[in-house]
Amino acid sequence: MYRYDEFDRDFVNQRVAQFEDQVRRRMSGELTEDEFKPLRLMNGLYLQLHAYMLRVAIPYGTLNATQMRKLAHIARTYDRGYGHFTTRQNVQFNWPKLSDTPQILRELADVEMHAIQTSGNCIRNVTSDQFAGAASDEFADPRVYAEILRQWSSLHPEFLFLPRKFKIAITGAEQDRAAVQVHDIGLQLTRNENGDIGFVVYVGGGLGRTPMVGRKVRDFLPENDLLAYSEAILRVYNRYGRRDNKYKARIKILVHETGLEELKQDIETEFEATKNGILDLPNEEVVRINEYFAPPSFEALPKISTELEAAKRNDRDLALFSSRNLHAHKAEGYTSVTISLKPIGGAPGDATADQMDVIADLAERFGHDELRVTHEQNLVLPHVKLQDVPTVFKILKANDLADSNAGLITDMIACPGLDYCALANARSIPIAQEISKRFEEVKRQNEIGDLKLKISGCINACGHHHVGHIGILGVDRKGEELYQITLGGSADQNTSIGKIIGRGFPEAEITDAVETVVDTYLANRLDEEESFIDAYRRLGDQPFKDALYGA
Amino acid sequence: MKTITANRLVDGDVVWLGHNGEWVEYIEAAWILNNDEDMTKALDFAKAGEDKQYVLGTYAIDLELQDGHLRPKSLKERIRAQGPTTRLDLGKQAERHLRSA
Repeated sequence: MYRYDEFDRDFVNQRVAQFEDQVRRRMSGELTEDEFKPLRLMNGLYLQLHAYMLRVAIPYGTLNATQMRKLAHIARTYDRGYGHFTTRQNVQFNWPKLSDTPQILRELADVEMHAIQTSGNCIRNVTSDQFAGAASDEFADPRVYAEILRQWSSLHPEFLFLPRKFKIAITGAEQDRAAVQVHDIGLQLTRNENGDIGFVVYVGGGLGRTPMVGRKVRDFLPENDLLAYSEAILRVYNRYGRRDNKYKARIKILVHETGLEELKQDIETEFEATKNGILDLPNEEVVRINEYFAPPSFEALPKISTELEAAKRNDRDLALFSSRNLHAHKAEGYTSVTISLKPIGGAPGDATADQMDVIADLAERFGHDELRVTHEQNLVLPHVKLQDVPTVFKILKANDLADSNAGLITDMIACPGLDYCALANARSIPIAQEISKRFEEVKRQNEIGDLKLKISGCINACGHHHVGHIGILGVDRKGEELYQITLGGSADQNTSIGKIIGRGFPEAEITDAVETVVDTYLANRLDEEESFIDAYRRLGDQPFKDALYGA
Repeated sequence: MKTITANRLVDGDVVWLGHNGEWVEYIEAAWILNNDEDMTKALDFAKAGEDKQYVLGTYAIDLELQDGHLRPKSLKERIRAQGPTTRLDLGKQAERHLRSA
């Protein structure tokens, strides 16, 4: 894992001291709320419906046991005993006091964490594949480049007041697990014919009120040019991006309004002026950062664990867990374990302080002290020996963390919605809970198979509904919550934006409507191998429309 | 019918304006505003609350009668007055339960 150097430590500590002084001045009246608001937002502190909310950055979703324990401690000491893991691989605390936040930030700094650039019109936390450094199918560990981008973008003086926020995602494999094509910049690691590492570059993806799939601007960007090219994109955006209308200020609108070819030309011109300069990635720096992410020393183990196989034969639940929540690892005899934060009837992404402590212990005992947060609001132990899976499962089960639903319909994304969020128009969590309960039966969930259901409580789309195979958007229709269904979205290497299927449904009817969609899929699929999204792409929306609204 | 609400600066807690310009933690104790004169007075109190760094983001909300009880008209304000609908152990609803226990 990356460790702070002196520069990192100094600047995070300075920021804590600055913020402490800003809070003091706000409480004493030296600063008005108008003056203070941008300062607190620069430190991740929002005001929501019931209280302040602190969003803590988890760079590319990677953290260790000490950091997870600190999050548990903060939840317990300064909050209400839980945290909420988000689609940006961050964590949010929903009830901190303003007066406590300097102390919270100081405690976070002690474990090399902070809340800088988790809000505001700047480059946000760079997100990545939760199986980075572990997946059997990756070209290289994307976190190395995510960390290089983090260092470049942190307090970058030119890019702290962009037209709007800016999100970068990077994936290390062809199988995109980081939704890179719905980010302002999406990077996909690849190799050229000479075997050199580089990136496929997408620009202008995004969700929100104007969802767009990123456009490819480079088939192969050499590794060495990563920062110079990123800087060129940001400069073009910073210069030409709209500042007159916040709803048209993201780079996706610039791509759309300027046209891809012209914008590409602008980027290339800027890149010509920038490259071969100080932003060239020095090889020794890549090597140095690579060392931080060096894989743990894996033992030579058999590909198949006889212990796990025997335990699975005796424990149906373990067999089920293994079939859904284990991901193929690059080292034989190892696996990546997904810890679902989607218990039946629970709030997606929430974990209690006690659960966080348990997960931290598991990471230390069985997982080389590493944890990941997924953009689908789960946690991952990336490096676990197959032979340890039965014990890990047993401990997870004892702590209500062993739901075997990774990638199934109950493993849904949902934003906090109107139960917490000041921007929301409708509630998301109760809808997620009702759907989860409706599809509780394990056999049925597995019959349905891979299905991504994503729920947002407003058009800002924090719940990624546009890219759900089934998406649900909550709106306010004359004071009543109404839920629109979109179908056919996807956030993998074949990214697509879902289509609104028809009129929305009131709260009391939305779960039935989702069930109708699922039943229509089951009735029309070619066989059990045809997934929901494949069936939808073959069938189109007509059978679903007919089932929902009558032929 | 209206009342004035805000969040308390020090902890962000939801509060409503009381009859004498004080800020109360439960909507049941809020000042119900039925005429322009009271509203003008209330808005002055609200501004004073902001000026004193006690509250932030003051605004008026609509109330309605439901089964003989006054409640905020919008769902958002009802959730602010109660707490998350999915976590009855959090927010005003939980504190109210503790107070009456």
